[in-house]
Amino acid sequence: MTLHVAIHNKQWDDARCAIRGLQFDVAAGEFVAIVGPSGAGKSTLLKIIGGLDTRYDGQVTLPAATRLGTMFQEPRLMPWLTVQQNLRLVRPDATREHLHALLGSVGLQAYADHFPNQLSGGMQRRVALLRAFMVEPQLLLLDEPFQSLDAPTAAQLRTLLQDLCRHRQPSVLFVTHSLPEALALASRVLFLSAGPSRVILDWRVDLPAGRCIESPAVLDLAAQLLVRHPALLSGGVQTAPTA
Amino acid sequence: MSEAIRPHHGSAWVRIAPLLLLAVLWQVAAMRLHSRTLPAPSAVLQVLWAEVVSGELLFHLGKTLFRVAVSFVLAMLVGVSLGILMGRSRRLDRLLDSFLIFGLNVPALVTTILCYIWFGLSETAAILAVVVNKVPMVAVTLREGARAVDHSLLEVASAYRLSARTRFFKVYLPQFYPYLFSAARNGLALIWKIVLVVELLGRSDGVGFQIGNFFHFFDITSILAYTLAFSALILLLEGLVLRPLENRLNRWRT
Repeated sequence: MTLHVAIHNKQWDDARCAIRGLQFDVAAGEFVAIVGPSGAGKSTLLKIIGGLDTRYDGQVTLPAATRLGTMFQEPRLMPWLTVQQNLRLVRPDATREHLHALLGSVGLQAYADHFPNQLSGGMQRRVALLRAFMVEPQLLLLDEPFQSLDAPTAAQLRTLLQDLCRHRQPSVLFVTHSLPEALALASRVLFLSAGPSRVILDWRVDLPAGRCIESPAVLDLAAQLLVRHPALLSGGVQTAPTA
Repeated sequence: MSEAIRPHHGSAWVRIAPLLLLAVLWQVAAMRLHSRTLPAPSAVLQVLWAEVVSGELLFHLGKTLFRVAVSFVLAMLVGVSLGILMGRSRRLDRLLDSFLIFGLNVPALVTTILCYIWFGLSETAAILAVVVNKVPMVAVTLREGARAVDHSLLEVASAYRLSARTRFFKVYLPQFYPYLFSAARNGLALIWKIVLVVELLGRSDGVGFQIGNFFHFFDITSILAYTLAFSALILLLEGLVLRPLENRLNRWRT
């Protein structure tokens, strides 16, 4: 599975330009984080890749019949379906045993017949993450999926995501505005400029596996990057003068 | 176990007790007043039983029930489609909104008489009159529902490439359940009332027609007997069909 993205131009509804000249490729099994200031069109970019937004000028090339898993900023489970039914919604052929084994692997075996509003926010997100993996995705699109969770819950979900990715090896596009989160999870980070957005830095992360957002290696690299490119997170391109 | 059962029994009694109390008060009042205009419940029950045995009551009740059912189904179909379309398209909404307001406010008597005049004293005209009275209310309720549809959930359906069928039945339609229910319940109440008026004005059978007859003969006992049979039917429908269905579909809200 290789994804080619080349968006020449994408406008918001009010005709302001959201994305201009944005290009990148994602190889099979690659975990790519996308970091950029808010309003840089990151969610829009994922919608375009996921086929939810078709009003743009450019090409997104995916092999035919690529299986896509998606996770949004909110869990977006169907409130009228139980946990089990929510998972079966995207995978009608899933057996009861399979579902229970999956729910067991994330500690939710007792909640198969609960409705989403009976679960905590962290549990709902675990279900949403499982739902994304239900379709055995070749490409996973994650739009700030762990936002607005408390730190321990977010850390738990990140570990879960890392485990699932290690086993299933999907290609991943992970949108976030947290540099440590990007460096902890991804093998490559794309930094976007403020709108109209394009890629200002394509950074390969060469850090040992099994790291988290508090690992010294991650925090060091984040600090180094910010010293070298002070305006990186606000979408600026200027580079600090080399001494 | 007994604790699980008790609240259920309790709630049934809470529903029945006021009705029994009303019956007792009615009996006492009738015995003290000795008036022709307020027959005792026992007398009403006697007439009711006689009408059941003769088959009269069931015949007319059946006719009325049939009209209610047909016009209910038609009005829901038209009203639901119209409401959803108007909620989705602002242009259609603006185009039809005045008609809707007009339809909501025209008295049932006017539409009924006009239907009979224009289409003759027929079954079709009777049912048409009821449907015309009911559609605007259903449409207004469902329009609210369509405006409140959560597009973020529809996006999930698109993101996971759900089939049109699954998308409609599992993601789109459930968002309308509360509105469908509200429309069905209020609608049923309205339809009972209108069907009786329509029968009184232009049919020669049905509960409305019978009550009109009894009124001519000042037969209050029979009027009350029919009212009683009618009320019992409505309570049964509510308790055995509507409420269980609603509870089932609303389980996730608790």
